[in-house]
Amino acid sequence: MTELTKMKLAEARDALRKGDVTSVELTEACLSAIEGADALGAFVHKTPEIALEQAKAADARIKAGDAPSMCGLPIGVKDLFCTKGVASQASSAILEGFKPEYESTVTSQLFDAGAVMLGKLNMDEFAMGSSSENSCYGPAVNPWKRSGDDTPLTPGGSSGGSASAVAADLCLAATGTDTGGSIRQPAAFTGITGIKPTYGRCSRWGIIAYASSLDQAGPMTKDVRDAAIMLQAMCGHDPKDSTSADLPVPDFEAMLTGDIRGKTIGIPKEYRVEGMPEEISKLWDEGAKMLADAGAKVVEISLPHTKYALPAYYVIAPAEASSNLARYDGVRYGHRAKLAQGEGINDMYEKTRAEGFGLEVQRRIMVGTYVLSAGFYDAYYNRARKVRTLIKKDFEDAFAAGVDAILAPATPSSAFGIGEMKTADPVQMYLQDVFTVTLNLAGLPGVAVPTGLDSKGLPLGLQLIGRPWEEGDLLNTAYALEQAAGFVAKPAKWW
Amino acid sequence: MSIDIQTAARVAKLARIRVEDEALPALAQEFSNILDFIEQLNEVDVEGVEPMVSVTPMRLKRRADGVTDGSMQDKILANAPDAREGFFAVPKVVE
Repeated sequence: MTELTKMKLAEARDALRKGDVTSVELTEACLSAIEGADALGAFVHKTPEIALEQAKAADARIKAGDAPSMCGLPIGVKDLFCTKGVASQASSAILEGFKPEYESTVTSQLFDAGAVMLGKLNMDEFAMGSSSENSCYGPAVNPWKRSGDDTPLTPGGSSGGSASAVAADLCLAATGTDTGGSIRQPAAFTGITGIKPTYGRCSRWGIIAYASSLDQAGPMTKDVRDAAIMLQAMCGHDPKDSTSADLPVPDFEAMLTGDIRGKTIGIPKEYRVEGMPEEISKLWDEGAKMLADAGAKVVEISLPHTKYALPAYYVIAPAEASSNLARYDGVRYGHRAKLAQGEGINDMYEKTRAEGFGLEVQRRIMVGTYVLSAGFYDAYYNRARKVRTLIKKDFEDAFAAGVDAILAPATPSSAFGIGEMKTADPVQMYLQDVFTVTLNLAGLPGVAVPTGLDSKGLPLGLQLIGRPWEEGDLLNTAYALEQAAGFVAKPAKWW
Repeated sequence: MSIDIQTAARVAKLARIRVEDEALPALAQEFSNILDFIEQLNEVDVEGVEPMVSVTPMRLKRRADGVTDGSMQDKILANAPDAREGFFAVPKVVE
């Protein structure tokens, strides 16, 4: 049965339609893999009853010849998505016990497309983090280990549970969200594919908000074709999200030809940061060569404000978070602190938030509060928004000069050990996002594709950045890179 | 820029997060480190640059100003830590 869980979405879809397997069989195989994988800390709320019910319904639809694109395919859902009647906590103690009365637009679209939900996946609390260690459930663990070394590694973050579950074949694919790199960095750390679409492609309705001007949902899958299939099901206009784009969604899978002849790929010189490990730099050069061999024209480009993306992000994201997270006050949902005799409503707010939020979330709320406070708004927040305009313009200039996609590393290193960054300055952890955060600020689509292993036997990924709304073309370039890299390594099972 | 303990306490108060006195020096130090990192933004010439409002230029949609949902008091209160007689209940606010 374990072989079933190794299937990709496309394979399983075709096998289901041919009648070689049923959704109930696939779902049961995944549920049993999940039962044996608690050591990965990936699934934090398991929903076997819902899964089997959805699987039976999917089998009936397939039998009736009415199978939509994801019909019968078992997936995991990041804990950030509100799922009706199922715990949705964003890995936070402040949402302990919260069971939404509604379904997020993205999960509801996936269910309409026939997908089966196996459970909810671990993450950094409120998507703030790059290691999935900031979680009220305890950390998610990477199925990969360094060769000859038993140290448990992080799957990255914030969508670390999603990455771990897909890489360990607990589910066929998973949803993620990406505010500063939270889909692409974990995908790279676990040897899977993840795409953050253009801002506005996926509805944010029902996704617990971190930084609303940056947050986007996207799929985390075993390959590029699967990313195309699942992204298609997740995208589309939603009147309930005023920033959701009213644009037609093309058939992404049909655009995967692997033909990138005549395309121009930009290599941003500013991404070659000081101290970049030799292995990352080599991987990047090899990726550029693969695309050139496939017929693309590779040119050096300049994105002069790259260096300022991370500091701008660490003003804008906390500012938005301080506002978004003001709603957790112990009144309407989630945790409320016990009060002593004589304590009033302000004590309730302050104690509830101190008990319910983890340290990193508290830190970001307070940094956000500070940069928005009287006297600092212009110096920090408005300046960061101006720099954001300049960062976006860098990309616009590159695209206007004829660049179709930009190739860059996904992460500055391979996966690090759980706890290794604990003693470090928070800023050290923030540097994980150095290659990913720029395109959140610019609203652009980006995809991480695994292309190699480092000397410790850990996966490394490259990132392709595309023009706005051209996810189809971007996925096709990623497909060509995937074909050329031929990455097939899987982690050895230890869990 | 260095953040002193009083500023850290004031920010915690504004954010409605209880921080015990003994935790304030470490918090102030963390803020200072993060702000030092952010201050790199001062190197950028932003003269005449518009602050970004929306990353994808689009007109916000409008709809008729009408009631589109409602009558779901039970659902709204379903997750409340303390709900009584159809209301959210909180500690006494007005003496």
